[in-house]
Amino acid sequence: MPAFSSRSGAVAAARPDGAQAVTAGAGIAPIPLRLERVSVSLGGPRCALCDVSLEIRAGEQVALIGPSGAGKTTALSVLAAALRPSEGRVLIDGDDPWRLSVPALRALRARLFLAPQVPPLPPRQRVVTSVLAGRLPRWSLAQAVRSLLAPSDAAAARDALARFSLQDKLWSRVDRLSGGERQRVSLARALMSQAGVFLIDEPLSALDPTLSLHTLEVLSQTAHERGATLVCSLHQVDLALERFPRVIGLRDGNVVFDRPPSRITGEDIARLYFNRDAGTVPGAPPSSDIEAAGAIRPGRCF
Amino acid sequence: MNSAQATVRGSAAELRDPAWKTRVTLALLALVLLWPLLVASEFRPWHLLDAQSLSASGRFLASFVPPALGAEFLALVAQAAWTTVAIATAGLALAWLGAVPLTLLGTARLSQSAVGRPMRPLPALGRQAIRWLLIFLRSVPELVWALLFVRVVGLGPTAGVLAIALTYCGMLGKVYSEVLESTDPAASDALLRNGSPRLGAFLYGALPQASTELVSYTIFRWECAVRSSVIMGFVGGGGLGQQMDMSMKMLAGGEVATMLLVFMLLVALADRASRLLRDTLA
Repeated sequence: MPAFSSRSGAVAAARPDGAQAVTAGAGIAPIPLRLERVSVSLGGPRCALCDVSLEIRAGEQVALIGPSGAGKTTALSVLAAALRPSEGRVLIDGDDPWRLSVPALRALRARLFLAPQVPPLPPRQRVVTSVLAGRLPRWSLAQAVRSLLAPSDAAAARDALARFSLQDKLWSRVDRLSGGERQRVSLARALMSQAGVFLIDEPLSALDPTLSLHTLEVLSQTAHERGATLVCSLHQVDLALERFPRVIGLRDGNVVFDRPPSRITGEDIARLYFNRDAGTVPGAPPSSDIEAAGAIRPGRCF
Repeated sequence: MNSAQATVRGSAAELRDPAWKTRVTLALLALVLLWPLLVASEFRPWHLLDAQSLSASGRFLASFVPPALGAEFLALVAQAAWTTVAIATAGLALAWLGAVPLTLLGTARLSQSAVGRPMRPLPALGRQAIRWLLIFLRSVPELVWALLFVRVVGLGPTAGVLAIALTYCGMLGKVYSEVLESTDPAASDALLRNGSPRLGAFLYGALPQASTELVSYTIFRWECAVRSSVIMGFVGGGGLGQQMDMSMKMLAGGEVATMLLVFMLLVALADRASRLLRDTLA
């Protein structure tokens, strides 16, 4: 594996393996991700992620689906170098983050963006500040302080918000926003960062079906424009199958399937979500053909 | 019968609160420990109410009325109060200058090396060293620091300022760290995970959540500094304390009463300022 280290994050380079990598401006280099036999135990008796191997190419767009507690959030955290696996190896842009020095690890993290499911926004902060915080990794302390006093690039923050139809909330306080608005503000922060990988944990959990579709479209389009890799965990199976060229099904910390949606059957989905206690899967198609999988209506969440 | 029904019919043991036993044990343990503490501290509240104590404290308090209100004395008190406020403010400002960097370095919340894994040994040791330094600074009473500094810089307010600076640096550093660590970690964690520098995560993640508590604690400490500057006045630190010492030695209860009223005024002022700032920041 060729060691490719542009730790400053400012160097855009054409990558031999980045087939889809549109080398965008603004210094975003597409970043491939790789998990090699990764296990994570979070203290419980079971592993949150059990011996998982994955390869995500630079610029690829992947959806992670699976029942609650399947390990989706853990997988995203590991891919974001935010959680050290108990076993196995993670390679981000060819580097094992956990072997890097602390400053080099921070520089690597600045090239990844992990958006947690619950928007991590301080309630008393203004939206403009929350969005501009996406720039922190590249700012000096002086710039950060200055922007706290007078927002340094309000126009960019407004543009990022406008992609989620929230431009009129630029000067509002976070605690005046609804849950869905907060979720989109945290996604606007993701756009503000110059990350080459977007790892987004359930971006649609507080959104209505129409907004979900629109939001997912913005994420996927932005990632495509920038040549950034996009990994999204979703509970909206229909949207995952409809919008992503590759869908990974996780259950009990294991990869159940990992293929394009055209090769995922209704039975695959039913098996993925089968709940012994609940007995049935709501709306699970009984047949195992592709049409049945397609028959899951938009807006239905598992 | 499926497993869900089995759980519902499960024995009463499943419904017993697992925390109950621990709570009862801890409560009993607290009582058992409290008893020798009361004995050691000679806790005999009924002594307060016997005839001799009542008449002694009555005489002392009676001498407080009326408060001394002579123009000359009031001018003296005003000047002493100004010195006291100056000692407290300067001491607290110095303490703050020391406490802020120690907090930012010491709080585990802002650790870069601990993101996603246990903290590295070197940063952990560094943070422990800062904790020890803060313990050292605040465990020496400001009175002892003052007695020390009086020997170095001589009688006067400077000794009081330095004493407050050292002890309060230890207190502010400890409580600032704890306030930061008691806020919701999500905001600062998310920023650190995305590669923000430590101070960026502090300014954009932790500070907006902790600002009111930090301000209110700082003003409360200013209030405490006013009071402790009085104690240091008794050992030659200047200000109201020194005046009060003299008045007490002369058994001039009215003068003491006037100075106590000035204290109440200062504390009420601090209270008001704290309320105002909290409202502004909230």
